[in-house]
Amino acid sequence: MPAAVARWRSLVTPMLSRHLGLALGAFILLLLLSSQIGAYDDYNLAAVAIFAIATAGLNLLTGVNGQLSLGHGALMAVGAYSTSLMLRGHDLPLILVLLASLAAASLVGAVFGVAAARLRGPYLAGATLALAVGLPQIATRYSHVFGGEEGLTVPPPTAPGWLGADFPPERWLAWIAIAAALVTMVLLDNLLQSSVGRTFKAVRDHEAAAALAGINVARTQVIAFVISSACAGLAGSLFAYWAGLTAPAGFGVALSLQLVSAIVIGGLGSLSGAVWGSIVLVYVPALTSGMASSLKLPSAVGNNLPLLIYGAVLVVAMLVVPDGIDGGLRRLFALARARLAGATTNHKGVVDWDDPAGS
Amino acid sequence: MEQPTLDVADLTVRFGGVLALDHVSLRAEANEIHGIIGPNGAGKTTLFNAVCGFVRPERGTIRYRGEALLGTAPHQLAQLGIARTLQGLGLWPGLTVLENVLVGSRVRPNFVASLLAMPRADRLERRLRDQAIQVLEELGIASVAGTLPGALPYGVQKRVIIARALMAAPDLLLLDEPASGLSAGDIERLAELVGRLRQRMSVVVVEHHVDLVMAISQRITVLNFGAVIASGTPAEIRGNRQVSAAYLGEDVTTAEGGASA
Repeated sequence: MPAAVARWRSLVTPMLSRHLGLALGAFILLLLLSSQIGAYDDYNLAAVAIFAIATAGLNLLTGVNGQLSLGHGALMAVGAYSTSLMLRGHDLPLILVLLASLAAASLVGAVFGVAAARLRGPYLAGATLALAVGLPQIATRYSHVFGGEEGLTVPPPTAPGWLGADFPPERWLAWIAIAAALVTMVLLDNLLQSSVGRTFKAVRDHEAAAALAGINVARTQVIAFVISSACAGLAGSLFAYWAGLTAPAGFGVALSLQLVSAIVIGGLGSLSGAVWGSIVLVYVPALTSGMASSLKLPSAVGNNLPLLIYGAVLVVAMLVVPDGIDGGLRRLFALARARLAGATTNHKGVVDWDDPAGS
Repeated sequence: MEQPTLDVADLTVRFGGVLALDHVSLRAEANEIHGIIGPNGAGKTTLFNAVCGFVRPERGTIRYRGEALLGTAPHQLAQLGIARTLQGLGLWPGLTVLENVLVGSRVRPNFVASLLAMPRADRLERRLRDQAIQVLEELGIASVAGTLPGALPYGVQKRVIIARALMAAPDLLLLDEPASGLSAGDIERLAELVGRLRQRMSVVVVEHHVDLVMAISQRITVLNFGAVIASGTPAEIRGNRQVSAAYLGEDVTTAEGGASA
């Protein structure tokens, strides 16, 4: 037994075992949760997991590496269309479809990332916005391949037989999406906690200083773009399964902007921020459209009420928690801890000008 | 005779119609502290920018230990053993002091090992952390390792900058105004530190604080309007009428105290 422990320790670093433990715990909890809720909530849970993949990748690019992308909806479209095209007339294993879609989006992201690495600020925003506007047009232009406005249908993933014949497909999809999201989170957090994450932040904070420290700034920016695109591609592929249909209308500019708003509301630069943002992204419209329909308002008002409330949530979030839900929670915890510690604080962080070491 | 660590010859840099550097030459020998002084706008930082590949000179050569340096991209210098600090600090505010120093290392774990959190990435990370703490201890700022630099006093931030440069264990350290904004006590400590570094590397220091440069340098090059007006030992520079004129204007009889008064 100790030999097995020693072997585990030699292969799995403390960080990895912490990440794997957290992911496994979250996976079991979410499986239990998904088994207790109905099909509609499973469907929403899957959506949160899917958006969490896309926003986590976007947060790595925008929050951690400082490159604003208004075009991540288009990269999701690359993943979704790859999936739909692969499944047209074929029955391929899910894992293969997911990985191939991820690869396709990474490739597009690599090409675009090379251009993006030369652009800064508003120019980068403009270029990525052009991607968001332009790419879905390809689907309508070449409708014989991409199905035009009607799009391409995607068969739902079938649950394995041992789960029982009447296992709800929504729940199976939720499980897949949750597993994919957790694997993504583990890998991204490995990167963020490593020298790669530090390099990304150094490039974000001061490019000239990063270059002088030996960092190839352009290469680093392209790598961040590719990782982020891979996440968008994976999310897009799952999105195709989730929606059962891939059509240009689903990947408009609105989707790209929603992804950006999600990381801003959730918290820039952190993976938990991406998760919070995805919950807001899925549940605020879901709750408000339910509310709007129960109020029996005239359709002109009722149809726009969810949008109005989403906008209001954005404004309120910016005023109350400018550093996002994640930042707000962190401050809350820090405050609570300070209260608990009470008068025993030793004024750490206050540094003497001439003697920072306090010696 | 050993190759000079840095050998700049006949360097001319022009920005549009402005001659920023005019046939500038200087040599920094191994284990030498070489001071560069001159009034504002003399071209001191431009000289550093040319050495680091940020600006392209019109003519001239830059050699590092005998190898031509022109055409080298800024990010390739660290691997060659050249580190530089920036005038405006250039710390990364989103990284802690320790992380700032860690990024300064020439050694980086490879991407896949980091992605999968493999044991060898972990081992390397721990080795680098130990090394970074050592550098911070040498500079007396190990106690603030976990702090974000923005929360620290300016003098401490300047030490973090030097720590980051030292993390690369350079053979040539370029310091751009290391004393600006420092208290008298901090400047004294800086002088002592740079003096110690000389055993391990060559240091070229651009500085306004003439007393400091006089105290620590073996050789000094004086720039004015982009041209070298004098070079030599501190004693030679102190007695140079042209230098005094550049700093103080026409009358130079009271040049003894340099520009520090």
